[in-house]
Amino acid sequence: MAGSYRISGQGRLTPAKTARFTFDGKSMTGLAGDTVASALLANGVHLVGRSFKYHRPRGILSAGAEEPNALVTVSRDAARKTPNVRATVQELYDGLDVASQNRWPSLSFDVGAVNDLASPFFSAGFYYKTFMWPKAAWKNFYEPNIRSAAGLGVAPDQPDPDHYSSRYAHCEVLVLGGGASGLAAALAAAETGARVIICDEQAEFGGALRFEKGAVIDGQDGWAWAQGVAAKLAAMDNVTLLSRTTAFGYYAQNFVGLTERVTDHLASPDREAPRERLWQVRAKRVVIATGAIERHMVFANNDRPGVMLASAARTYLNHYGVTVGRNVGVYTANDSAYAAAIDLKKAGIGIAAIVDLRDNPSGPLVDEARALGIEVNHGRAVTSVNGSQRIKSMTVQAKAGGAERTIAVDALLMSAGWTPSVHMFSQSRGKVAFDADTRRFLPGTYAQDCVSVGACNGSDSLEGTISQALEAGANAARDAGAKPGKGASIKVEGAEGWSGGMLGSGPGAGAETTVKAFIDFQNDVTAKDIRQAVREGMRSIEHVKRFTTNGMATDQGKTSNMHGLAIAAEALNKEIPEVGLTTFRAPYTPVTFGAIVNHSRHALFDPTRKTPTHAWAEGHGAVFEDVGQWKRSWYFPRSGEDMHAAVNRECATVRKTAGLFDASTLGKIEVVGPDAAKFMELLYTNPWEKLEVGRCRYGIMLREDGFIYDDGVVGRLAQDRFHVTTTTGGAARVMNHMEDYLQTEFPELNVWLTSVSEQWAVIAVQGPNSRKIIEPLVEGIDMSDEAMPHMSVREGKICGVPTRLFRMSFTGERGFEVNVPADYGRAVWEALWAEGQKHEACAYGTEAMHVLRAEKGYIIVGQDTDGTVTPNDAGLDWAVGKKKTDFVGIRGLTRPDLLAKGRRQLVGLKTRDPRDVLEEGAQIVENPKQAIPMKMIGHVTSSYWSENCGRSIAMALVAGGRDRIGETLYVPMPDKVIEVEVTGTVFFDEKGERLNG
Amino acid sequence: MLLIRCPYCEEERPELEFRNAGEAHIARPTDIASISDEDFEKFFFIRSNPKGLVFERWRHVHGCARFFNAARDTVSDKFLLTYKAGEPKPDASTLHAEGGPAAWANRPPDQLNEKPKAKRSTKGEA
Ligand SMILES: [Zn+2]
Repeated sequence: MAGSYRISGQGRLTPAKTARFTFDGKSMTGLAGDTVASALLANGVHLVGRSFKYHRPRGILSAGAEEPNALVTVSRDAARKTPNVRATVQELYDGLDVASQNRWPSLSFDVGAVNDLASPFFSAGFYYKTFMWPKAAWKNFYEPNIRSAAGLGVAPDQPDPDHYSSRYAHCEVLVLGGGASGLAAALAAAETGARVIICDEQAEFGGALRFEKGAVIDGQDGWAWAQGVAAKLAAMDNVTLLSRTTAFGYYAQNFVGLTERVTDHLASPDREAPRERLWQVRAKRVVIATGAIERHMVFANNDRPGVMLASAARTYLNHYGVTVGRNVGVYTANDSAYAAAIDLKKAGIGIAAIVDLRDNPSGPLVDEARALGIEVNHGRAVTSVNGSQRIKSMTVQAKAGGAERTIAVDALLMSAGWTPSVHMFSQSRGKVAFDADTRRFLPGTYAQDCVSVGACNGSDSLEGTISQALEAGANAARDAGAKPGKGASIKVEGAEGWSGGMLGSGPGAGAETTVKAFIDFQNDVTAKDIRQAVREGMRSIEHVKRFTTNGMATDQGKTSNMHGLAIAAEALNKEIPEVGLTTFRAPYTPVTFGAIVNHSRHALFDPTRKTPTHAWAEGHGAVFEDVGQWKRSWYFPRSGEDMHAAVNRECATVRKTAGLFDASTLGKIEVVGPDAAKFMELLYTNPWEKLEVGRCRYGIMLREDGFIYDDGVVGRLAQDRFHVTTTTGGAARVMNHMEDYLQTEFPELNVWLTSVSEQWAVIAVQGPNSRKIIEPLVEGIDMSDEAMPHMSVREGKICGVPTRLFRMSFTGERGFEVNVPADYGRAVWEALWAEGQKHEACAYGTEAMHVLRAEKGYIIVGQDTDGTVTPNDAGLDWAVGKKKTDFVGIRGLTRPDLLAKGRRQLVGLKTRDPRDVLEEGAQIVENPKQAIPMKMIGHVTSSYWSENCGRSIAMALVAGGRDRIGETLYVPMPDKVIEVEVTGTVFFDEKGERLNG
Repeated sequence: MLLIRCPYCEEERPELEFRNAGEAHIARPTDIASISDEDFEKFFFIRSNPKGLVFERWRHVHGCARFFNAARDTVSDKFLLTYKAGEPKPDASTLHAEGGPAAWANRPPDQLNEKPKAKRSTKGEA
């Protein structure tokens, strides 16, 4: 047998199919189909971890997704290391490497366990109180020490090598949960022909039938029936059956997130397969069949390894063939634990005693237990257990107190009843209602088109569950538009059913006691902590939760919420509904970052936009810079050149002969229609009606508040057609701005807007030789100064392809911008490059472009302006049509503050030492000797070394700047104060003669 | 993720295709150049930002690219109605009286966005 606690003839696993694994380096054997938890238990291991705060030894509480204790780190290799994996969920495979967490130096001897002795220090609210003072100690002392002492697993320090996939799906009926109710609902819905998706977090469908031995459905054992139904559903074309798939979030309009674990259970997964798959499902109807979760009993030391849920012990026996002990005790307030005792007893395991808190338990299970010779103690409680790393005995006492009896046990099964899993219902924003008779929250008011069936809806019998589910499945399909089918029927012959249970602390853990009776195992919250929170003034359960951290661990209080609530209600002397239930939030169980991030990694994180000449630039050694999503050539260093040398050479070459620059990233919008000029008049400050066809104008666009929004050169191609350029970063927002006004404010205008940014490649050829470079390649355009003056545009051909040829300049030199269809961009660039070589022209990048334009005082919107700069502030008043009666921003410009004196105006700055290059963003003061904080009167917006000027140049926004020309101001820096002279913004060729040079 | 019905495409599309564009029914004055500072302040800066029913502009930016208007309840996140730009502002009382399932309820398209009962006029509305 794989493990000495494996019982021959029990469970559904195949004894021959063994799988070897290691736990903290120790080699062990389990069976295919085991979870890590069942395999450890088969090997007699209960101690699997240390608790978060007190470092108390912890074992395995459950057999499912609700597990708060048995968290382990699972590794395939150094990068494929997953911390905080629930041992009850992780399936075993051959070679699995499992390590315990939160212990040092070892699991059995842990230094941090001193926290358990120092526990008064860590009582409820300690986060908020103990570490309040001194503030600085947080960063250097408290936080690092708390982080290392209290924690869970350690995240891997290498990038995740796995990949994750994503699917969108639509269906008529989505069924959450694949137990008896989910399967029945899916069957009824699928039989109508509707598209059905059913998911379950377990490897196999069946839910509670995994342990409910008494269920007989359609003449079969319940588990076998479930496998048959799952196979039937899997074979239907209209059904998607997803095992190992957790519905983790329920969002608006029946949008549900699922994660499917594709390879985590495989010994050697196909590396092509995704590790997980994220499903985003939009369903017309959702059937919630999420079952119920058993609660533990609250008594002193109820967290000791070996103390576990009764249903978990049953699962380990009936499914995995593993007994959790040899001499087992039971502590319950509910019938269902009797079934565990009976199954174990029948499998030959000793049952030391059943301790039932109820005074007169009765019914067939109680009778059967007695008939099997099991000692049943009623009206009694387990007040404590002994044994630290594994339970050795339980202490039993009458509820009213009195003599204690110690009974030796090596495992203790407990059940305080079942909590319906209303998580998904609550996430759908449905309102739960408290059922006073059964003391549980059940689905109340629905907010979405969904329905809850089975145990999550408070159904306590299998017959009731299945008939409810069949009806719900058929109705859901019908309501989603499916035609009625022949109807599904399922006959339940044998069934288990129970109700009852208790909430809150049991005897010995009451209000007067100081014992550690745990409510929330994962966050180490005890009954005492809840009472303390109430004593310290917390009234709402939301406050109690945050003060104690009850239910705030990764298990989100699946086993603890109801106990915490009941204890708080008792302490407040209120009814449970008056104290309230905390909100359930996504995710239901932890979701990996991988599943959420999915394909959005590396190159797919954000689109990268490349211009048509990108590959050419790469081939010519360009260094690129990111401009939004664009990759732009920054500079083209030659061998031995650093950036400074390359930029100096490029700037000098452009002014000496010519340079080629890829300006394709500029936004381009075609404004077309009979009212195109009228529209331009409204969207830009400039006048457009009288602009001649074939001429260009520099346009400024404002927002309604009067501040500069964008700028660019606009060419008029025809009476009814403008070619508008925008800044690279502004392309999308300018298009949106134009569409907004056209659609909603000026809809009477007959105009169409088309974004053509990506349709045209733009090659700027700038410099005295620019015409000579272009002219030989052009057909049908007279490029003489007379025929094509500065600021004009012509259509014709270049290299045999259509071109819109602009004569314009962003350098102050004679210049052109050659627009060609993007597909020809590279070919035309190479042809121009070949011509350019004859004139010793260079390719230049964005850095040289910036320097050249700054030498001329040309602004860059977003660098020299910041959303609070008017055309006047920027010295661009000439571009505002004085006779115009309307344009966007016309009223904003006359606001009092925008007309006030002393506004920051764009000026030039020359440093007293020409070699000093100012820092962009540096603040400017009048008097550097004034006391700190100094009065800042402006800041540097652009600053460069200008090889052409032989000195540094800068632009700045300075209060009343234009009246200060000639004044000396100061730029205080950490190491020195830099003296600057205020100048005009044009540093080179002030008369502008070179435009025709 | 919400489904939003585009009144131009006449179908529900995922929220990702849309972008909010601020409060609706604030028309740009036709004589904007001559309005007072107070009127400009009201037009440009002052927004109602109510709890509950809002009228707001949306753009089907990754779809037909049209701007349209919506009546939405900011408490329930429910889209009560979407309608084309230029159509009159719906009567708030009829929208509140409507009841029915919450925003995240999945109603068939023909039950969503019932056309406003009021007589339609495009005058003076944007
Ligand atoms: Zn649309």
